[in-house]
Amino acid sequence: MSDFDETTKTLNFDAPNSYVGRSVTRPNARRLAQGRGQYVDDIVLPRMVHVAYVRSPHAHARILGIKPKKAAAMPGVVRIVTGAEIAMVVKPYVGVLTHLAGMRSPPQYPLAVDVARWQGEPVVAVVAESRAQAEDAAEAVEVDYEELPAALDAERALDPSEPKIHKEFDSNLCFTRTVDTGGVDAAMKSAHLVVEDTIHFGRHTGVTMEPRAVLADYNRADESMTVYHCGQSPHMVQGIVASRLSLDEHRVRIVARDVGGSFGIKIHTYGDEIAACALSLMLNRPVKFAADRYESFLSDIHARDHRVKAKLAVDREGNMLALEIDDLTGVGPYSMFPRSSGVECNQILNLTGGPYKHKEYRAKGTVVFQNKNMMCQYRAVGHPIAIAVAEHMVDQAAAKLGIDPAEMRRKNLIPDDAYPYKSPSGMRFEALSHHACMDKLLELMDYDQLRRGQADLRKKGVCRGIGLSSFIEVTNPSPMFYGVGGARIAAQDGCTIKLDANGSIIAATGVTEQGQGTETIMAQIAATALGVEMSCVKVLTGDTDKVPYGGGTWASRAAGIGGEAVLQASLALKKNILEVGAVILKTSASELDIVDGKVVKKGTEQGLTLAELARICYYRGNELPVDFQPELVVTRHYRVKDYAFVFSNGAQGCSLEVDTETGFVKLLKMWCVDDCGRVINPKLVDEQARGGIVQGIGGALYEHCLYDDRGQLLNATMADYLVPMAAEMPDIVCAHVQTPTKTSVLGAKGAGEAGTGGAPGAIMNAVNDALRPLGAKVTQQPITPEVVLRALGKVR
Amino acid sequence: MNAPAETVEVELTVNGERVKRTVPARTNLADFLRLELELTGTHVGCEHGVCGACTVRVDGEIVRGCLMFAVQADGCRVDTVEGLSDSREIEELQSAFVLTNALQCGFCTPGILMAAQALLRDVPNPSREQIREFLSGNYCRCTGYQAIVDAIAAVAKARAGRAR
Repeated sequence: MSDFDETTKTLNFDAPNSYVGRSVTRPNARRLAQGRGQYVDDIVLPRMVHVAYVRSPHAHARILGIKPKKAAAMPGVVRIVTGAEIAMVVKPYVGVLTHLAGMRSPPQYPLAVDVARWQGEPVVAVVAESRAQAEDAAEAVEVDYEELPAALDAERALDPSEPKIHKEFDSNLCFTRTVDTGGVDAAMKSAHLVVEDTIHFGRHTGVTMEPRAVLADYNRADESMTVYHCGQSPHMVQGIVASRLSLDEHRVRIVARDVGGSFGIKIHTYGDEIAACALSLMLNRPVKFAADRYESFLSDIHARDHRVKAKLAVDREGNMLALEIDDLTGVGPYSMFPRSSGVECNQILNLTGGPYKHKEYRAKGTVVFQNKNMMCQYRAVGHPIAIAVAEHMVDQAAAKLGIDPAEMRRKNLIPDDAYPYKSPSGMRFEALSHHACMDKLLELMDYDQLRRGQADLRKKGVCRGIGLSSFIEVTNPSPMFYGVGGARIAAQDGCTIKLDANGSIIAATGVTEQGQGTETIMAQIAATALGVEMSCVKVLTGDTDKVPYGGGTWASRAAGIGGEAVLQASLALKKNILEVGAVILKTSASELDIVDGKVVKKGTEQGLTLAELARICYYRGNELPVDFQPELVVTRHYRVKDYAFVFSNGAQGCSLEVDTETGFVKLLKMWCVDDCGRVINPKLVDEQARGGIVQGIGGALYEHCLYDDRGQLLNATMADYLVPMAAEMPDIVCAHVQTPTKTSVLGAKGAGEAGTGGAPGAIMNAVNDALRPLGAKVTQQPITPEVVLRALGKVR
Repeated sequence: MNAPAETVEVELTVNGERVKRTVPARTNLADFLRLELELTGTHVGCEHGVCGACTVRVDGEIVRGCLMFAVQADGCRVDTVEGLSDSREIEELQSAFVLTNALQCGFCTPGILMAAQALLRDVPNPSREQIREFLSGNYCRCTGYQAIVDAIAAVAKARAGRAR
């Protein structure tokens, strides 16, 4: 049953048989649990060959010559192709967005041509009958390099003495932007207290369990290209493959079946993937590229390498007056196509201090090129930095003033009744619930008791810390995110839904599944809106030939945008079904409803099943009036119109213990209260929060891409690059506040990234809370034992 | 450079079926299962024994399929997620994983199920800490592990209840 009110445009989601708000299990999880998933590397096609790449061993080097002869004679080798040869087939791409004013990046080719600009950049493609043979031959390809001086340190990238990475530019500057409300200096001058710090965030990367993979299948007979792609945004990839390879876009089909983790890693244009498509075109047969883990570390995008100088001014009572930040980041030698590598910095400028009600704000962002692997958007883009910086500064000021961190936040968070609200950086918030979330968080944590326990243990020499963070999260982005900047990335999404001949419902959506539960929640929404059992709804995703044009899954948009499209399509289909029902039952549609898969007269159980209605429509149209044509397939689209982004918000807490002898940080427990608007599936939202928090923990405590002074990545293996493991992770308590957005009937905001965004700030505050009585402070992530011991003065 | 060309004959029992293949001597067990037998439920995540995605059972003991040559499994009994699913040996664990949403992308899941079944065989009623410790060789990047621990603990409890 679904009581959609046409006048108020609201739906009763609390109806007894509504699936919305229920923790139903994921039907597709069963298949994955039996090992019956189908990831790209599981797919085998007739005449398929494999490509391996020769990658630059240098951070910056001129390619003097390539000698493939010996390799070409090796067993199984089909073709060896250089960067220059690929460049004859592929149009270059430029990763800039026009709304990030002044941003620049030179044209980029899939493989290096003449000059390699990071260690790991693909240089030569070797195609062979098996991946093993391709790898053997790749080792035998001789490439002569002249190593060039490398620009590595972002701090020095703009010095005139630094090597210039691109001859067409006068410096290594990619993008710069400032935000200024105008009164920061005056506020700082008159403030009771100004706290100041420089915070460093280490480079880390997504480490999807399934490495990137692509299987391109060009068929010259019909000029079609089918690409099995392990990614998040099939239509975006369709446009890129078509335009770069000069193919008709409608003859390019992107299929994304099961994806073994993505987190933003698999949504960018990777040269090795585009080259695999080009090779399929050149060879007229299927070509598979499946990265090994070493290649993943060297070429999957990195993120988060930021240095932020921050200043916060407060009055005597602790009221925040002005915040100033200066963000510097090095993003590798190119801005990544098509989303650009300026967005993380841009987000930091937009979001830092966003939960708070200070009026004055000044921010400067500088994005520079360097000879390291490229950085781009990874889960929670910019949020972990923006949040950790503001939360750190709030705690610093609170400590100086002797105010408890919880009290400090209550004093400064934007009041829950102050919305709509515009932040000093220009962000417009529709409706947030910082205080409700903080209250709930403190209650969940039993904050006062936790503080008492901390004090008791302190007397026994146990060094515990409690940390809080309040946060906002960009979700449900409008075209103002990418489309406005010229990128062919859809902000709208669609759903085509149909009543099939046997009475089942098939819904095709442009958003994608990487395990979050996208297909499940879409089935929940459709079943609820239509009034049918969820088991009779099948959801199709991840195939450009089968789903409406859409953006895919990123920026926490699938539930809020894709879900609303499914809802609108379902309501439209229901209307059509009721019209058919009215004709068959000889009544008016307004007298009818669908209950448990049956069209009934409202308030009764009399009527006909959807299977019977479908049977009449599809097979026995002769029983219908001649002037009546049932339409049992409908498509609806949705985009966010009223706001640039629909922000979600929340609060996180962390309890941990620092071993002051070893520097080890042991997480004891984490708490998260998230307001993602209407919760469609509480269990799935909790699991997004937990998984997200653990990725945030990774960045805060363990994960770091370590480069040496020649630009060599030192820890490009899973044994050397630390990701969170089961034994170190705490249990995480999750709860919700629900403030449904009015920008849609569904009211859902995104939930995929809040965990990752909020955790590093809470953790760093907890560590500093633990260290404060010892006069020590950490200002860099990951907070490794070495960082802690340095802060304690125990190592130099 | 001659080594890759050297082939060996391997004969073993996989999921109860006898199979015989001639493969390059360097073929590891994970690749053998995936490429020769098309048992793609065994996943390859790191290829050097860290992530646990390729965990399979050889003569009853869990091993890293990427750290063992196929030829080393000659004459052995190998079980993969497909086999344990078809025999329903791990059905209870699989149901618990679905119920607690202990998997998202599912890439690590077959390996984790293998490990979980091995743990519960040796330690019928493990503590949460023991479960977490045992899973230290199995990376999951989606869930944060808590739901996995919940699922395994729930199965242990259910089995203990029946044993009583």
